[in-house]
Amino acid sequence: MDFASTLPAAAFWLFAAITVLSGLMVISSRNPVHSVLWLILAFFSAAGLFVLMGAEFLAMLLVIVYVGAVAVLFLFVVMMLDINFVELRQGFLQYLPIGALIGLILLAELVTLGTAWTFGSDISLNAASPAPAIEQVENTRALGSVIYTDYIFIFQTAGLILLVAMIGAIVLTHRDRVGVKRQNIGKQNARRPEDAYELVDVEVGKGVPMPTKKG
Amino acid sequence: MVEALYNLFGGEGPFLYFLAITASIMAVVLPLTISVAFAVYFDRKIWAAVQMRRGPNVVGPFGLLQSFADGIKLFLKETIIPAGANKAIFLMAPMITFTLALISWAVIPFDEGMALSDLNVGVLYILAISSLGVYGIIMSGWASNSRYAFLGGLRSAAQMVSYEVSIGFVLVCVLVKVGSLNLSDVVFAQEGGVLSWHFIPFFPIFIIFFISALAETNRPPFDLPEAEAELVAGYQVEYSSMAFALFFLGEYANILLMSVVMAILFFGGWYAPIPALDFIPGFLWLFAKTAIFFWLFAMVKAFVPRYRYDQLMRLGWKVFLPLSLAFVIIYSGVMVYAGWLPSHG
Amino acid sequence: MTAIVQAAKSLLLKEFWAALVLTTKYFFRPKVTINYPYEKGPLSPRFRGEHALRRYPNGEERCIACKLCEAICPAQAITIEAEPREDGSRRTTRYDIDMTKCIYCGFCQEACPVDAIVEGPNFEFATETREELMYNKDKLLANGERWEREIAANIALDAPYR
Repeated sequence: MDFASTLPAAAFWLFAAITVLSGLMVISSRNPVHSVLWLILAFFSAAGLFVLMGAEFLAMLLVIVYVGAVAVLFLFVVMMLDINFVELRQGFLQYLPIGALIGLILLAELVTLGTAWTFGSDISLNAASPAPAIEQVENTRALGSVIYTDYIFIFQTAGLILLVAMIGAIVLTHRDRVGVKRQNIGKQNARRPEDAYELVDVEVGKGVPMPTKKG
Repeated sequence: MVEALYNLFGGEGPFLYFLAITASIMAVVLPLTISVAFAVYFDRKIWAAVQMRRGPNVVGPFGLLQSFADGIKLFLKETIIPAGANKAIFLMAPMITFTLALISWAVIPFDEGMALSDLNVGVLYILAISSLGVYGIIMSGWASNSRYAFLGGLRSAAQMVSYEVSIGFVLVCVLVKVGSLNLSDVVFAQEGGVLSWHFIPFFPIFIIFFISALAETNRPPFDLPEAEAELVAGYQVEYSSMAFALFFLGEYANILLMSVVMAILFFGGWYAPIPALDFIPGFLWLFAKTAIFFWLFAMVKAFVPRYRYDQLMRLGWKVFLPLSLAFVIIYSGVMVYAGWLPSHG
Repeated sequence: MTAIVQAAKSLLLKEFWAALVLTTKYFFRPKVTINYPYEKGPLSPRFRGEHALRRYPNGEERCIACKLCEAICPAQAITIEAEPREDGSRRTTRYDIDMTKCIYCGFCQEACPVDAIVEGPNFEFATETREELMYNKDKLLANGERWEREIAANIALDAPYR
């Protein structure tokens, strides 16, 4: 199948074009919700690019984590905020000089980085070490065998940092309110009929006696 | 499946390859769409039977054509776009929901080697697509420019994100035993009759998966995004005609998908309960198992009352998340200790 | 011990399975609903359905334009105009009932001294347009001719209790 090589190329150009275009739309669209939706499209086509490179595990993780969870929260926040677009654009000219300055500095840095880039002396050693073909080792397994052996410390530390950040956010936003009535579902479910009511034989003309147990 | 069809055509060339791809997609999507129509019918029938009603019984023999009549009715109606709605997103949302409900089926192995695309990361693919499903709902909720729709969309987003976490952990448990993310490999690991099916060792987390699947597909008792009693119909409130039909079909396609995934992950996929019965084609077994799970889904709708929203969140975060996390640790611990981990070169 | 039993019960969804068994029993029970358009439930002789204006057996219309029904109608759904006919008898020139206003209380047939306006046993008179529910005298008389046998039988059945 000779067309088998042209198909991925066409798919690459398609995904790449969509990624760049939607990236542009993220910063240029007037409505922030549209921006987030374009961002999601950018993530998604980036995942497509990962698939073309044979990194299907990374592609799926990108979709699950960024598109499925992070961007949803983004969308959540943006939708809930009541942003006045006209007001947002008022100070544009006022901030233009400083913005342009930051942009120029970044560009200069990138150019210096690009021109002054040199490879380490031992790069030829790394390049020479054999890497198994994609067909032989799935990249899921390849990633796992690296992350959980050589880089286990870094991996665990990253996880720990995320945990600390999460707990920190909870601690910062949590406040103890007094006088809140809470439902204890476990306690409610544990209530048995015997504790809750009792059956009484009422004699005629005597009325109901006082309850003996409290449920 | 595509390659087999391509070889069957006998010729070479991109056109035939394209034809083979299209034909195999059609071979999956057409039966799926028809079974979705019948799923709607059977759902209504089952629900009616539990309440000792008759259910739809007028259109066609036993009312079998009811869904098609409903489809034609919806097709002929006018698509109403609310004045304040965001038109493009409003129309895109149902399409996204329906498309996502269909493309998950690309990785489902209906029989040995009978998957549209036998992805190495099939399980992750299903998880990824089902996590995308929330966008159709949240976009429709926002674009409708209606409070009810917006509230429904937000609820649904929070609900799906919450229950995806426990679904993910349940999948991890199964994958630790199987040692592969490929759905066909998951089925291969359950060869040899009902005793080697996964629901026996994984019984508690199978229950967690089932309940999370209910929440993930917005089925009762977790149908709070719709909640007709308080939110009218949630995110669907402004939709009419085909746009509404696409939501409806997408919802049922997702329910069928979850039933199939449960059959594959826990009930041996295309294998017969007794190896002697393997002469019956595998996709029939898978179909039967899926039908049983769909029946369970429909029965749950009939007999479990709807959860309150805070109870739903409590169940997801405070019960299922710790439980499934604990099971991940227990299962992997036992497997490492007993040396049951699958060995791969 | 009870706590462990409780935990096991909720983890294994004891109540869920119990409910499943119960509903499955009901699943196979005979249906209690009637197959409506083909089967219909019994109607009382006093059933208050669609209105009709009756005639005497000789073809003379019963209504004498006393306007008691118009006066008693709580929804003010009835409009009557009357003039003497050529032979000098008092008759209605207009007898309209707005069926969209009517609450089917039956006061009109109670008020009628000559059993002219009655509510018949017909309850299947849904229409596609609103205008069709503004009944005039012709429509009501036509109803009377169509349902006279049932209406007469119902009145006869109910007569001992009046």
